[in-house]
Amino acid sequence: MSDITAGSAARDPYRLGRSHGHGLLSATGHGEGGPASKFVTVAYGFWIFLLSDIIMFSAFFAAYAVLSKATADGPAGKDLFELTRVAAQTGVLLTSSFTGGLAMLATHRRSMAAAQFWLLVTGLLGAAFLFLEVQEFAAMVNEQAGPSRSAFLSAFFALVGCHGTHVGLGLLWLGTMMAQLWVKGFRPEILRRVHCFSLFWHALDIIWVAIFTLVYLLGASS
Amino acid sequence: MLGKLDWSAIPFDQPIPLGAALIVFLAAAAVLIWVTVKGYWPYLWDEWITSVDHKRIGVMYIVLAALMLLRGFVDAIMMRTQQALAIHGPGYLPPEHYDQVFSAHGTIMIFFAAMPFVIGLMNFAVPLQLGIRDVAFPTLNSVSFWLTATGALLVNISLVVGEFARTGWLPYAPLSEMTYSPGVGVDYYLWSIQISGVGTLLTAVNLVTTILKMRAPGMGYLRMPMFCWTSLASNLLIVAAFPILTATLAMLTLDRYLGFHFFTNEAGGNQMMFVNLIWAWGHPEVYILVLPAFGIYSEIFSTFSSKPLFGYRSMVAATLFICIVSFMVWLHHFFTMGAGADVNAAFGIATSVIAVGTGVKIYNWLFTMYGGRVRFDTPMLWALGFVTTFIIGGMTGVLLAVPPADFMLHNSLFLVAHFHNVIISGVLFAAFAGFTYWFPKAFGFRLHEGWGKAAFWITLAGYVLVFVPLYIVGLLGMTRRLQHIDMDLWTPWLMVAVCGIAVMIVGAACQVVQLIVSIRHRDALRDETGDPWDGRSLEWSTSSPPPAFNYARLPHVEDEEPYWTVKQRAVDKQAPEPEQGYEPIEMPRNSPTGFVTAFFSTLIGFALIWHIWWLAIVGFIGAYVTFVVFAWREHGDYEIPADEVERIDRDSRAAKFAWMRGRERPA
Repeated sequence: MSDITAGSAARDPYRLGRSHGHGLLSATGHGEGGPASKFVTVAYGFWIFLLSDIIMFSAFFAAYAVLSKATADGPAGKDLFELTRVAAQTGVLLTSSFTGGLAMLATHRRSMAAAQFWLLVTGLLGAAFLFLEVQEFAAMVNEQAGPSRSAFLSAFFALVGCHGTHVGLGLLWLGTMMAQLWVKGFRPEILRRVHCFSLFWHALDIIWVAIFTLVYLLGASS
Repeated sequence: MLGKLDWSAIPFDQPIPLGAALIVFLAAAAVLIWVTVKGYWPYLWDEWITSVDHKRIGVMYIVLAALMLLRGFVDAIMMRTQQALAIHGPGYLPPEHYDQVFSAHGTIMIFFAAMPFVIGLMNFAVPLQLGIRDVAFPTLNSVSFWLTATGALLVNISLVVGEFARTGWLPYAPLSEMTYSPGVGVDYYLWSIQISGVGTLLTAVNLVTTILKMRAPGMGYLRMPMFCWTSLASNLLIVAAFPILTATLAMLTLDRYLGFHFFTNEAGGNQMMFVNLIWAWGHPEVYILVLPAFGIYSEIFSTFSSKPLFGYRSMVAATLFICIVSFMVWLHHFFTMGAGADVNAAFGIATSVIAVGTGVKIYNWLFTMYGGRVRFDTPMLWALGFVTTFIIGGMTGVLLAVPPADFMLHNSLFLVAHFHNVIISGVLFAAFAGFTYWFPKAFGFRLHEGWGKAAFWITLAGYVLVFVPLYIVGLLGMTRRLQHIDMDLWTPWLMVAVCGIAVMIVGAACQVVQLIVSIRHRDALRDETGDPWDGRSLEWSTSSPPPAFNYARLPHVEDEEPYWTVKQRAVDKQAPEPEQGYEPIEMPRNSPTGFVTAFFSTLIGFALIWHIWWLAIVGFIGAYVTFVVFAWREHGDYEIPADEVERIDRDSRAAKFAWMRGRERPA
């Protein structure tokens, strides 16, 4: 330990907010320890990216809030939303996060078969979610309630579609990563990617919960 | 097959854009032929295009910015001459072309000159100042740069293939909707900004992670150099503000491409929402640009006054204060659009309050100089020019923050003069100052002082000559973006302004000459020690140019001015710091990922602008394949052996100590 870290330990014996539960040994990037480990850096950077993504969603949420009453004499939310399908979508997506968590546990155990199995289940549930969403969109377009019908529907399709696009890109990522895991095994960079994917998938859940509440439940009730 | 693209897209009937495009094309062809004949391609490809070294990427950002700065400057010259020639007459630019010129001027200057310049300087200097070897994600850094270059390329393609937006630099709806702007101009705007915006966002993620997680041992937050603090604030603003721009432009894109109704006149679209969303990004953007500039000035005032920065902690506090409050003032960009007296008053007060943070900084810089031994080298001249003129721009800003005054002055040349006043002295002078300041670090030789000083004084004179008249005609009621003028009252001032732009041309020429002269006399201007300005922060402790790994050993930071402390100790003892042994260093491998991604992004952007759907699909598949190939590579790093590190480091230590031996400790 250099003088400097010793000095700060003397001034700050309990290392409040600095230890991250690992004591003095792990470099957290707070300054005293020097650059953080690759795993910490990658996960941290991905958190920052997720925050920016959530801000982008918040702009779409704001637009939806502004335009939600602008139906231009067309159908409103309560005429269009089928809560049974939305409930199924929610169930499928939240379950996929749970199975994603099981896949993470399997990677920690370094069990290839279990990791691949749970990642596959996660992907299939995600695909089922997307299928339900596409079905909903197609039905609405058939009822002359497509995005160009009114500003309300524009905002609806953009917000929900943006989330759906994220799920779709997540599936592409998941498939690529599964192939890579299969070919290359549990290497550090692949473990980092699995971790980031898990963060991404949970973030999409959080956004879906907001969509479910603010768009579907409020829209169907008013 | 080619969507909307056919021969009518090329403006054969308009000599000005065609001629300009021809010149650009010939110049580019000449450069390419020269590179081919000289056999420089392998060097360019290995050392620059595929480089993931933050220093190289920073330099490439600045080269891009300098080229785009010249392009935007040509637009400025055209606008000034048009207004001088179009008094009681048509001038030489027809209205539809003039509209494109002022839109392109704003777009290029903000997105492709100011942003890359500032990001380039951050990229170059921040890892060096933090005492580390590269940014957190080196390959991502290269991708960011090349995506920015893609955006710049698309804007410049619009010069000759199709047209550019005629909507101003922010495409206010519904003017930018399909009904009123059916051409491809707005589409060029949308896709070039979206693609470069992705690059900017990734840069911000990269730099935030670098600054928060990758500092040299011992560098706590309150030991970071001021430029790192302002870079952190600026990049946090990018992370928080650029997604709003992405979403807003995506909504406009959906309106234009798929018949959505976010901002249209029909079916419940809301135009005020566009104005609110775009300025919710747009005002933080102002501070994204100016905060790093404040950091550069802080470094320069301290270095060239031979004193630590006055009020370091208050400077940090002021920076973070500006960072937060910059999100609470956006409505002052449209006081006149009917928000009502109470809302206007709240935003007017917030706008005046944010000036307090800047005021704190100004006083800190003045007190840094007070009692210091001030050296008037070129970077310091730019900084002094900034302090004196920026105060005027700041004061007119506070004036415009008062809603009743804004009702009189909005949309006038007074406003145009105000924001050019703050952005030229605030950002552009800082870019020139930072360029001159860190140039020796990047290339190992200084820029020629005489030409630098000439460039400063002439540019300063031209700048005052252009914008003081614009303040006055603004007060005399001249609105912005006029293609022709019928008021004799304004004539003399417009003539002064056009003379001013001629002076600025001479200033710009001085900068070009300075670069050429400096390169020709580089042996005489060589910086052997790595510390040409008697610097205080870590970047001056390594050699100029630094080795690929920056530091043979990561420095141990003991206080706010780590290099100054080490240097004084070495001067006192007349002995260098003891060697601590060398270890092999792992560095990231070069990768063409960024360049290839940008190639496919260019295809995607161009295809979407012209509705060539198959090409867009090809582009997306190409980008995905590039990504997979990168993700699949076996070795991301290579190792520099310890004896190689030792050899490089011994040389630079010897040179540095030879210089220190002749130096006495200042009183």
